[in-house]
Amino acid sequence: MLLHKVGIYSNTAGWQAAQESILFQVRLPRVLGAVLVGAALSTAGVLFQGLFRNPMADPYIIGTAAGAAFGATLAMLLPLSLVFYGFGLVPMAAFLGALGSVLLVYRLARFGGKAPIISMLLAGFVTSSFLVAIVMLLLTMSDRLGLRIQQVFSFLMGGISVTYWQQIAVIAPLVVLGIAAAMFFAVHLNAFAIGEEGAAYLGIDVEREKMIILGIGALLTACAVSIGGLIGFVGLIIPHAMRLILGPDHRLLIPASALTGAAFLVIADLLARTLLSPAEIPVGVLTALIGAPFFLYLLRRSRREYAF
Amino acid sequence: MRSKKNDLRVSNASFSYIGGFSLNHINLFVPDGQMVGLLGPNGSGKTTLLKLATGVLVPSAGDVLIGERSLKKLLRREVARQIAVVPQELNIPFAYTVEEVVMLGRTPFLRGLARESKRDRQIVAGVLEITGMAGFRGRYFNELSGGERQKVVVAMALAQEPAILLLDEPTSHLDISHQMEILELLRRFNREKKVTIVAAMHDLNLAALFFERLVLLGRGLVFADGSPDEVITGEIIQKVFSAKVEIARHPKTAVPQIVLLPDNPSSFY
Repeated sequence: MLLHKVGIYSNTAGWQAAQESILFQVRLPRVLGAVLVGAALSTAGVLFQGLFRNPMADPYIIGTAAGAAFGATLAMLLPLSLVFYGFGLVPMAAFLGALGSVLLVYRLARFGGKAPIISMLLAGFVTSSFLVAIVMLLLTMSDRLGLRIQQVFSFLMGGISVTYWQQIAVIAPLVVLGIAAAMFFAVHLNAFAIGEEGAAYLGIDVEREKMIILGIGALLTACAVSIGGLIGFVGLIIPHAMRLILGPDHRLLIPASALTGAAFLVIADLLARTLLSPAEIPVGVLTALIGAPFFLYLLRRSRREYAF
Repeated sequence: MRSKKNDLRVSNASFSYIGGFSLNHINLFVPDGQMVGLLGPNGSGKTTLLKLATGVLVPSAGDVLIGERSLKKLLRREVARQIAVVPQELNIPFAYTVEEVVMLGRTPFLRGLARESKRDRQIVAGVLEITGMAGFRGRYFNELSGGERQKVVVAMALAQEPAILLLDEPTSHLDISHQMEILELLRRFNREKKVTIVAAMHDLNLAALFFERLVLLGRGLVFADGSPDEVITGEIIQKVFSAKVEIARHPKTAVPQIVLLPDNPSSFY
């Protein structure tokens, strides 16, 4: 069918209009959504692990996840329904929540013109805990507030939800742009491995680049949560696996992680849809189910990776 | 030939950490090609002075200049093309090979997505050879001994092809053979490539042995500045370090070497 559409192969009688509609209006946007979310999360993971010099860092480490959850939950409380360029209120609020929390964490950690990485990790942790507590509080009061609790849970568990092509049209350029921008900082991310002080000696304007790299990572993560909710482990294990296979050079690591992350999430989403069909497993649950054991396996065999 | 544009000048510079230690109106002129040892007790401001000279700390008053140009007005990248630094400690949390670490020294010369050029690789091969680390190029940095790591870090700094090399206690934590190796290496680079070297030194005797000029800091001021003979005197050392010493002469080179005197020497026999 695809081949026919792009005009490579002509077969007009082989399918029905309904099938065509399912493929083009439901399946294809969803697959593309998975590609974008997987690539965005993996790239953000590489950026944060490189910048924070911490192999345990993931895209959610500086409050993006909690911010997104907070935004989404608030949006579900509101009685209005608004659609803007194909985005409902919830994805928009998640997007803004993710970006907003990173901004907040960055401001909290910044003192005297510097935002030391350790302060950022701590501020991220505390901010996340606080926002998660509020989300929990709202969930507890869901009856009184008329909160659509099922929706909140499905967001928290993560699942690709693309309902309109417009969503892809908005997110795709942002993700592509984000990955391209990340590539531009690949050489400098390599230098960040020797620490902020060392990076400064290698000619890097540390505070400025830290802010930009953080911004790129936050943007990519926000794009991902807006159509995928909180999908865990992709942004943690994909960069890891790539680092084990290809070594620590970010010039390879970034594109390789983006591609592998995309492929991984497409497959995970496919399994999520089909394994217990017609029921659907939240893809975030599936990635964690596959991801956690795989991560432990890596942890056991890659002593070298963590040696100081 | 000495080039004025690589002279390092700390001019009347002050700096204080919030609620603590400060450097006050420090003046230090290091002409191109000199090899200077920076001495002083713990907390005397050696590291702070080095950080001012690298531009990662900005003086609250006064200025630091390379040639005629203030560090404040230079981009980090421009500074890194002239000044390389070997910091006190360097950890790498990922599995970088020795060659990859040394290649990081070429960072100030790479732009964006650029791959390193043939010239970059030649420079890296050259410094690996000179530092004696060529045989280690494929080894993981994290798995090396302290002395080997230090040589790799020095190689990385040299790969920047700096006019000025600043080192913060490059020989502390090393055994005597590695100490000698590192300092011999620095002296050779200073003499053959005319690289200016300023190193904070913990060990006064090693400093007297290898450096033509010593600058002694005490309580945030330059306390003494001159040849080892002028700086390493019993009087000065006792004043700044408040330790009892006697000055002996090195049997081969005749530079001053200190001998520590315990409070009650007879109790040792």
